Amino acid sequence: MSSTDTPIGAHPDMLGGMPDGDKTDHFVAPYDEGVSFDELPDAPPKARFRLTLTGKIGAFFVLFWFFIAVFGPILAPYGENDLPFPDAYSEFQVPQAGALLGTDVQDRDILSRIMYGAGRTIGISVLATLIAYFIGVVLGIGAAVSSPRVDMVMSRINDAFLSLPTIMLGLVVVAAVGSSIPVLIITAGCIYASVVFRLARALGQEIMVMDFVEAAKARGEGRWWIITREIWPNAAMPLITDFGLRLIYIILFVSSLSFLGLGVQPPQADWGSMVRDNLGALQYGASVIPVLAPALAIATLTVGINLVVDDISAQSGGKLSKRL
Amino acid sequence: MIAKITYLIAFSFFSTMIVTTPHRHLRTMRGVDLADHGFGGRLMTSLILKRLGIGLITVLAVSVIIFFGTKILPGDAAQIRMGQQATPENVAALREKLGLDKSYVMQYLTWLGNFVRGDLGISLSSDVPIMNLISDRYKNTLFVSVLTAIIGVPISLMLGIMAAMFPGSLYDRILTFISVTLVAAPEFFTATLMVLLFVFALGIGNAVVVGSVEGKGFFELIAHFALPITTLSFVIASQLIRMSRAAVLNVMSSPYIEMAILKGVPRKRIIFRHALLNAIGPIVNVVALNLAYLVTGVIVVEIYFGYSGLATLIVQGVQTRDFVLVQGLGMIFCLTYVILMLIADIAAYASNPRLRHPK
Repeated sequence: MSSTDTPIGAHPDMLGGMPDGDKTDHFVAPYDEGVSFDELPDAPPKARFRLTLTGKIGAFFVLFWFFIAVFGPILAPYGENDLPFPDAYSEFQVPQAGALLGTDVQDRDILSRIMYGAGRTIGISVLATLIAYFIGVVLGIGAAVSSPRVDMVMSRINDAFLSLPTIMLGLVVVAAVGSSIPVLIITAGCIYASVVFRLARALGQEIMVMDFVEAAKARGEGRWWIITREIWPNAAMPLITDFGLRLIYIILFVSSLSFLGLGVQPPQADWGSMVRDNLGALQYGASVIPVLAPALAIATLTVGINLVVDDISAQSGGKLSKRL
Repeated sequence: MIAKITYLIAFSFFSTMIVTTPHRHLRTMRGVDLADHGFGGRLMTSLILKRLGIGLITVLAVSVIIFFGTKILPGDAAQIRMGQQATPENVAALREKLGLDKSYVMQYLTWLGNFVRGDLGISLSSDVPIMNLISDRYKNTLFVSVLTAIIGVPISLMLGIMAAMFPGSLYDRILTFISVTLVAAPEFFTATLMVLLFVFALGIGNAVVVGSVEGKGFFELIAHFALPITTLSFVIASQLIRMSRAAVLNVMSSPYIEMAILKGVPRKRIIFRHALLNAIGPIVNVVALNLAYLVTGVIVVEIYFGYSGLATLIVQGVQTRDFVLVQGLGMIFCLTYVILMLIADIAAYASNPRLRHPK
């Protein structure tokens, strides 16, 4: 816990715009008390948001993997399915010049496959998280502002989906329609939308009963105005922090499906399926790197995101760290 | 096709709507706050009965989702089972024999009735009753999960409570760092670390688990399944340590503990008589949530160590598109999950009167 008196909400550029009317309206946001005050004339000086040491380590890994995700295919020494030693039988070679992380079960270069897989694993997960957020936030805030009956119906259906283990839902969908990258993205997005829905709805409901919303209603503002000017600015920060957590869960979900052989299909490289393909290396006692390298890649990415999210949420009141 | 999908979606929609009455699951695992709503109820027994009723309804909703979820794909069991010899006549004959010519609602009711009686149907890919496939595999899965619960839960609770006793100490910080790291790492990463440590560094155990529970002594069994059990214990421990520490710390910050400190009660007595007794409810809740989480963990761990259990069976079912198998096993897994969630709910409501009488 840090001793900052102005939490991260003091970063106005992260909030996606503040309400420009009612500058004198002295409202209290549910999560970030700093939000409203720095718009006021007597606002306290803005506190810099600082990452702790663990947060910096996390941020380093996250930036590193996103960099690899974008530039990996350009930087990779070999193509995704190229063989570093085409003339020899070279299954599970130890690291050496020419193959810095050794070779995998089909003689391919592990380093190159990790660099190609980065884009696929991260791309699928980020797209799925965006879909989950789009569906979840639109429906969740929609449910919060609509009539209690509509809200009830939507929440009941959502609860039914929440009461299933995610991996089972994934298995049922893959059993029904087969596996491909678009199916993976949409499935993960829809499954995790139910969690985002609950969060967005809860936040929306909390804000809907605030005095400043009552005031806006009394002024005769429309529903759309209330959503964009009152609810969104106040719900944005918790939702953005939660985005990181959701991303972790989706990366783990997608990798687990790939690990089970039901996600990204060969010969395309993906971290989860690389672990699965190379399990033989452990079983023959040949080498541990073909399995450890992709598993470590996933772990450093998700743990990195987690450390950053933990840091941010600790500085913005610590509420989100309890959710993981 | 379009009509079929519309019909399925409409049916699933309305049935879930009808069968899910107002209830909330307390879940922290999937990122939602603990108990932001409650429901009224005066007596504990009526409350538990109510929860059981709701649990039953949830199971029905789950069965609707699983049954109709696997019905979306074109082609049915009759067509798949006939395979190469599929002529329109014999497909129609088999369809009639399997009851696939009836309406979806009738099919669903028949399937559900058979499930309740313990008949999961006949596997599409191997023509064997699914109960026979399960009977020699469930022991492996059950053994590993139960042993994980017996070994992993008490140890991690102890570690978590000890961390809460000395908040901010070096021990606490190291433990928190390890659990923050492991909680976000995938199960197969933890499993790889275990193999690295035990098999490669210490030379104990095998990276592959061969064979099954049958015909082995208890200690032989533990040695045999040591790595999967240790992996799963670590996976649930990372959650349990964090959550049990938070549960005890939460109680420790309440006014009556401050009162106890002020009137000079010894530290040990405060922890064991005042704090721990009040933290039991939340801790039971946390334990049940984490055991439910084992459902996912078991699937990955079984594939990783390559022994045959229920999870390997369902993954095979998905790969061969044997949706009768996926339906049956999916229901078993979801049933376990929902029951554990129910226990978590009841524990939370039983321990916290404020949830029973919401504002």
